[in-house]
Amino acid sequence: MVEWTEFERTTIQDIFSKMNYDVVGQQSLARCLVVYPWTQRYFGNFGNLYNAAAIMGNPMVAAHGRVVLHGLDKAVKNMDNIKAAYAELSVLHSEKLHVDPDNFRLLGDCLTVVVAAQLGAAFTPEVQAAFQKFLAVVISSLQRQYH
Amino acid sequence: MSLSANDKATVKALWAKISPKAEDVGNEALSRMLYVYPQTKTYFSHWSDLTPGSAPVRKHGKKVIGGIGLAVEKIDDLFAGLLTLSELHAFQLRVDPANFRILSHNILVVLAMLFPDDFTPEAHLAMDKFLARVALALSDKYR
Repeated sequence: MVEWTEFERTTIQDIFSKMNYDVVGQQSLARCLVVYPWTQRYFGNFGNLYNAAAIMGNPMVAAHGRVVLHGLDKAVKNMDNIKAAYAELSVLHSEKLHVDPDNFRLLGDCLTVVVAAQLGAAFTPEVQAAFQKFLAVVISSLQRQYH
Repeated sequence: MSLSANDKATVKALWAKISPKAEDVGNEALSRMLYVYPQTKTYFSHWSDLTPGSAPVRKHGKKVIGGIGLAVEKIDDLFAGLLTLSELHAFQLRVDPANFRILSHNILVVLAMLFPDDFTPEAHLAMDKFLARVALALSDKYR
C-alpha cells in the first residue's frame, strides 16, 4: 500500500478541488497530441489533428480531455487504494483501447506542465513531488492489468 | 527526431525571452531535479547543502543553464558544439544519461511555471525535441 504524508494528501486534494477541469483537461490532452504526435494513433476518428492550432481548437479533444481528467477523480477520492479503484480502467485500457502504457507517462508529463503553468510559483518543488508521486501511483495502477 | 528550421527558430525565440531569467530557471530546474528525483543527489554528495535554492544549487544551476545557452548558440551543429562538454560528462562526471531526461523534464516544468504565456504547445514541442538532441550530443562520447 502507498504511504501518503499529510502534506501529500492535502496537496492533492487542494490541487483537484481548485482545478478547472475543462481548461486543464483540454490543455493536457491537446498538448500531449502536439508534443508527442504518435499519441494521435488512438484518436483516428477525432477529425482534424493536422497541426497544433487544429488540435488545440478541436472540440472532441477538449471533450475527451475532460473525461480523462475526471478519471483522475477516482484516485483523488481513493488515495489509500488506487490500485483497486483502477482495476477496471486498467482492463479497459489494455483489452479494449490497446494503449501502450508508456503513453500514460507522456500524458502525465503534459498534465504536470499544464498544472505548473496554472499554479506558477505555488507549484513549489514539494508540491511538484507530491503531484508527480500521485501520478506515478495512478500510472502504475493503470498498468497492472496488462498481460 | 531531428530539429526542423521551424524548431530551431522557435527555440531561439523562446530562449531570447527567457535569458533574462536564465539563472532562476537553472536554479529552479536543478532544485526540483534534486528534490523530486532524489536519486540524482548521488552525483552531488560533496556539496554541503542540497536543498532547493541553496548556494551550491544556485551556483551549479547557473553553470548548467549556461551550458544550455551554449547549446542554443550551437543549435546548427550540436555534436561539434558540445564536444568538450560531452567528453566532460563521459570521462569525468560519468552521469548516467537517463538523468538528462529527468533534468530536461524539470526545465520544461519550470519554463511552464515562469513563462506560462510563452510556453505554448508549439514551444513545448520544440524545446522537448531540442533538449533531447542536447542529451544525445552530451552522451555522444560515452562509449
